[in-house]
Amino acid sequence: METYYQPSDLPKFGEIAEGAPELAKKFFDYYGAVFAEGELTEREKSLIALAVAHAIQCPYCIDAYTNTCLEKGSNKAEMTEAVHVATAIRGGASLVHGVQMRNVASKISF
Amino acid sequence: MTENNSDKFETFHQTLVNNKLDLVRGETSILQINVGYLCNLACKHCHLEAGPARKEIMSRQTAEQVVDFASRHSFKIIDITGGAPEMNPNLAFLIEKLAPLAPKMMLRSNLVAMHADQQAHLVEILKKNRVEIVASFPALNEAQMEMQRGSGVFQESVEVLQMLNEQGFGIPGTGLELSLVVNPGGAFMPTDQAQQEKRFREVLQKKWNIEFSHLYSFANVPLGRFKKWLDASGNYVDYMTKLAQAFNPCALEGVMCRNLISVSWDGFLYDCDFNQALSLPLAGNKQHISRMDALPEPGQPIAVSDHCFSCTAGSGFT
Repeated sequence: METYYQPSDLPKFGEIAEGAPELAKKFFDYYGAVFAEGELTEREKSLIALAVAHAIQCPYCIDAYTNTCLEKGSNKAEMTEAVHVATAIRGGASLVHGVQMRNVASKISF
Repeated sequence: MTENNSDKFETFHQTLVNNKLDLVRGETSILQINVGYLCNLACKHCHLEAGPARKEIMSRQTAEQVVDFASRHSFKIIDITGGAPEMNPNLAFLIEKLAPLAPKMMLRSNLVAMHADQQAHLVEILKKNRVEIVASFPALNEAQMEMQRGSGVFQESVEVLQMLNEQGFGIPGTGLELSLVVNPGGAFMPTDQAQQEKRFREVLQKKWNIEFSHLYSFANVPLGRFKKWLDASGNYVDYMTKLAQAFNPCALEGVMCRNLISVSWDGFLYDCDFNQALSLPLAGNKQHISRMDALPEPGQPIAVSDHCFSCTAGSGFT
């Protein structure tokens, strides 16, 4: 069945350079530098990326960073906890707006 | 292309041709002895399908022929593997006879086979002969390790590592080496060795006060029980594609089959333990160690198949 998301499209990501090669080079150079070991290890950065992938619900990123996390030595328990971090922040972001709701409601209520 | 379903990866042989490379033997300096496929575990990644039901173990007669062969040649390293070598009653004999014949001897262990009380004597022999213990310890997470190796394995492995540390193995300054082998828990690439070693050192020290000498991070080899799992789970082509895409021509220079001769439990010779699993004999025909007068000549071709991608992916397999 045809869908908007195809797993076979993920390895074609680099082809985006054909439209704007200079911008793509800047992006991929930056991307590579971001994920290189620094104050955080490559393993830790991959877990952050996995959590963000779930927060933004990107199927390509979830596929890519599930593989990367395993290859960097993380296990399923750590990866599941990372997804819960994303979930908590997403849920918390909704819930904290309840304060705004309560402010507005209080202002216009007896 | 491979014969079945792969339009994704070239065969290993074709990859060598495309890169104008040959894989030939160099000077043989390592003697690896597989003392049998009997094992107390049945790990999912095992390239030999070793396990408790296997009957193939090296006899005393073959062990004596191996000792005779080793005494007629010069090796830098003698490496004993299995199965679980601890389950072969001739292991102590092999260690005592072979250790004086080479500057370094290694014993591959799954740790759990060293847990039983009757192995205390074996540990003394390993210590006396300064044998490096190369132990499988694939994960820091109990669930992950036991999914791969079986229930109860994690705690026993930790206890054996602590016991070996108490005996001096893995402790700097003792001269007794204890190395760990880590492999992925499935159809994905191994972790960078230096990063993995750093993390294992930190976590093992902090949680269980365990020290070790070195850590080796290896890819799973698509043979035996692991190959069957790859086929059954539909992962074979994708896994082989990952290995093939990670082909590193520079790693070819350091692959162990160039310098190693592998002896099977029944005394036949191979370029490596993986070729043994696939019944690809040394120099193309089955030769028994008792009838082998000379070591293989440098320049002799090495039998290859697609499993060889495991040893040439990334930084390689030594």
